[in-house]
Amino acid sequence: MFWTSYLLAVLALVLAWPVPILLSRAEWPARAPFTAMVLWQAIALAGGLSMIGAMLVYGLEPLGDNLIAGLRGLADMVLYNAPTTALGFWHLFALSAAALLTAHLVFTLLLTYVKIERQRRRHRELLSLLASPSSGRPGTLVINHDSPVAYCLPGGARSVTVLSDGLMAALEPDELRAVLIHENAHLTQRHDLLLWAFAAWRQALPWFPTTRLAQVAVNSLIEMLADDVALRSESRGTLIKAIAIVASGSPAAAVPEQSRAPGQAGELAGALQAAPDEDNAAFGGAAGAASARTTASRVSRLLSPKPPLPRPLRALVLILSGLLLAVPTALLIVPGLLG
Amino acid sequence: MASLGELERAVMDLLWAGREAATANTLRDLLAQDSASGDGEPGHQGKDLAVTTVLTVLSRLEKKGLVERERGTRPHRYQAVSSRADHTAELMHEVLVSAPDREAVLARFIGSVTESEAATLRKLLGQN
Repeated sequence: MFWTSYLLAVLALVLAWPVPILLSRAEWPARAPFTAMVLWQAIALAGGLSMIGAMLVYGLEPLGDNLIAGLRGLADMVLYNAPTTALGFWHLFALSAAALLTAHLVFTLLLTYVKIERQRRRHRELLSLLASPSSGRPGTLVINHDSPVAYCLPGGARSVTVLSDGLMAALEPDELRAVLIHENAHLTQRHDLLLWAFAAWRQALPWFPTTRLAQVAVNSLIEMLADDVALRSESRGTLIKAIAIVASGSPAAAVPEQSRAPGQAGELAGALQAAPDEDNAAFGGAAGAASARTTASRVSRLLSPKPPLPRPLRALVLILSGLLLAVPTALLIVPGLLG
Repeated sequence: MASLGELERAVMDLLWAGREAATANTLRDLLAQDSASGDGEPGHQGKDLAVTTVLTVLSRLEKKGLVERERGTRPHRYQAVSSRADHTAELMHEVLVSAPDREAVLARFIGSVTESEAATLRKLLGQN
């Protein structure tokens, strides 16, 4: 029992600090965004589980040699007034901390959901007054604004993609298609659930490196996943050009007229790939905001594409993710494990 | 009968288009005119549109902070709090300026870029 709690504590510590730092610095997630996403989820879940589990198991130690016996002993105390003398101060402290942390995590998750939903509803209300449906594109709204803006507002059946006039004017039809496919991928792959869960995770434990790094990584991975969907039907050059135009904000100043000639999108990909190293370095450079880093890693991934991670390695990461979840669960539940 | 959402939009369109504050009666007449002259089914929201319905719509819009009532006049006169362009600009500002507590609300096609990145992107585009 004692060893179980010790191991869980070590696991919680490792998952809260060195592992997320290493993973956030690794290069391979850009080559296997889906696999990396699964791993981040496993790290977050296993981290929370082992944190709570370590305290629970430590607190219940005097009451039984496994979690179930311990919980039964605790229930006897709470419900049937069994003597509580077996539990020392630190045991009670650990049990209270486990209960508080569990409640804190659950409430933060719910509270974050309510907050996000309230903001989305308000946003949808304003959109219904300010934007008009795009002709020929279901679930798409156009808003009268000069700078190029594109985003999606998730909300189940009421999900919408919003485009600005400025964006429609700045992009060629194929670039616009790439933007729409990208945004639609966010909606169909339910990225809003990931954004919600990791926003809540960070909100709940803001001082843990893991929660901030996880949120930044997840924000970046969903963009890569959506880019990959867009690349299935549009060329790399088209997508890069769309990103560049939207990112540079004022298309009139950014793009000389002759470069907007049709049929050059394919050539652009070559030109962009041959871009000098210092340009690529600038993308990876000292970007302040996390969101800017996301953009940087996305663009450099498109500029110099690397082959996807080999299948055996991806399988290995997925198995590892499964183990991350299975190990703390087994430590908690299997009676008498490790004495 | 048009839904409340459609009516809200129609009322806001009228208030944004007109310069002066309007009473619920005026708005009702304008809405009736619009639907009579507009396309689609005639009388869609025309004759059967009651002033009380317009007042309901106006109070909903007031709660949302889009419409304000002039004090001290009877009947009450309503006007838009700010112009359509201002509201749009405000909404787009919400979208474009990423605050940590808003990150999960919506997914933008492209997040913020630093000044140097924007310059590099412009250069890449210009190279062609």
